[in-house]
Amino acid sequence: MLAEKYADRIQKVFAKYPDKRSAVMPMLYIAQEEYGWVSPEGLREVAEICELDPTQVKSIAGFYTMYSEQPKGKYWLQVCTDLACALRGADEFSGQLKETLGVDDGGTTADGMFTVEHVMCLGACDRAPMLQCNFHFHENLDMDKMNALIAQWRAEAGK
Amino acid sequence: MAEKQYPNIIYREKDVPDIRRYEVYAAHDGYAAFKKALGMEPKAVIEEVKASNLRGRGGAGFSAGMKWSFIPQSEPVKYVVVNADESETGTFKDRQIMENNPHQLIEGALICAWAIQAKAVYIYLRGEYMDVAAQLDERIAEAYANGWLGKNIQGSGWSCDMFTHLGAGAYICGEESALLESLEGKLGQPRVRPPFPAQKGGGLYGEPTVVNNVETLANVPWIMRNGAAEYKKIGTEGSTGTKVFCLSGHVAKPGNYELPFGVTIRELIYEFGGGISGGRQIKGLLPSGGSGPVIRFDGNDDPRLDTPMTYEDFQKLGSILGSASFIVMDETVDMAWVASRITKFFKHESCGKCTPCREGTYWLDKTLDRIMDGTARPGDVDLINNVARNMQGMTLCALGDFAANPILHTIKNFPEDFKARMGAGD
Repeated sequence: MLAEKYADRIQKVFAKYPDKRSAVMPMLYIAQEEYGWVSPEGLREVAEICELDPTQVKSIAGFYTMYSEQPKGKYWLQVCTDLACALRGADEFSGQLKETLGVDDGGTTADGMFTVEHVMCLGACDRAPMLQCNFHFHENLDMDKMNALIAQWRAEAGK
Repeated sequence: MAEKQYPNIIYREKDVPDIRRYEVYAAHDGYAAFKKALGMEPKAVIEEVKASNLRGRGGAGFSAGMKWSFIPQSEPVKYVVVNADESETGTFKDRQIMENNPHQLIEGALICAWAIQAKAVYIYLRGEYMDVAAQLDERIAEAYANGWLGKNIQGSGWSCDMFTHLGAGAYICGEESALLESLEGKLGQPRVRPPFPAQKGGGLYGEPTVVNNVETLANVPWIMRNGAAEYKKIGTEGSTGTKVFCLSGHVAKPGNYELPFGVTIRELIYEFGGGISGGRQIKGLLPSGGSGPVIRFDGNDDPRLDTPMTYEDFQKLGSILGSASFIVMDETVDMAWVASRITKFFKHESCGKCTPCREGTYWLDKTLDRIMDGTARPGDVDLINNVARNMQGMTLCALGDFAANPILHTIKNFPEDFKARMGAGD
């Protein structure tokens, strides 16, 4: 249960705002961290914590792209292919990455390790190609660097 | 040839490398401006900022001091909200401020908070800046530890708190009223105005609120330390101070460049940016990310490249300076492809509240897809123009106009790129 496991963090979040509703976005991040995605269970718990209707919480989770309502790979790779990155080779890079991992856009590898998605501008246009992996940035990439990262993540996961 | 040197007001880490650290910032006039402001009447602080003619750096270019002066002082609860959503395609300047010179932002926001007597400051960062927010939280904790935040700040009798808040991936939350909705835990959709954020009923939790961009507030400590008169010596009469130009696309050295207003486009692209990649010719420039009209240049000798970079001069070029997110495109770029890419962005980011934007971006994208895959129908270019014009001025926020701009202006400025893709019948 999120309320018990993350009691300290939840208290700190509530202390920021004059009402509980404002805490819904931080709480959704906590739920996603715990379950790997915003699961129906996570949604229900967040609604309880923030004293909201589960439907309201679900609409928030659906509106913002960083909340995933489906399970993702252990490493969720979001490649920016917006205009500024595309001008600096992001389409080619993203194509090679998907080929290397053998997935289509939005797909997850059979071993559940990697999900690859295209996303809109991440605010790192001068360091393209780039991606975020579980919301941490990796910039100025090429396939050599990418292969090294993939090997590192596989090693971390013992696969 | 080495580039000319200009003063760094925002990116002071270029002169003082470790300025992100509290001790270093404090040793280099850090919080002196806030201390000075605390010794002044809040109204006098607003007057000083107004006199500097500091204009909002988020894109709209509205006078910051004027914005502050709209706050009704009689209201007991007021807020400052820092817009660190930075989601315009091609924009990455605020992140560098928050990473490398965070105390200057905190100090600027505090001066604004004192000037309007705010109860709290919320810094709304885009969700993707999660790591940046974590660092910023540590800097805010340092400001508390050193008595610049919290109860009875520096014995002034005034108390103020500061918090970060993470968005979760929605371009629309850079629009100030959508940002406030999002901060209140709702869908990030724009509000009907009036009331405006500065008014009772229009701001955060219904209280009068100043919403300023990160870069805008980062200018404020310098202004308070050196005075409005000194600030106005930098830049031009209508566009005072410096601006961070985010340079991306087909340039040899992409990155953030802080330059005084009035420096030419040529100096930015060819001196600081090292010129067009591979020695090719420039074809177009999007000066305000995806949302402003594209400017056509006919190669590197185009005299319009000597235009000074100011709010006023960019209007004369038929565009806007906006957030100064310069996406440079060389001669190899097909502008129909550019229009298609930007339209996909806006289709994805339309919040869905207003019909012209929600439906318009869908139909623009669908029609552009036909043009891109060679199945265009006669009249498709006219159809695009028609749909885009019906979005302009028809929505609650500027996104409807932003989504119409790039496509209308690529067609107008680069008709040959569209003709090449149309069948014989059009």
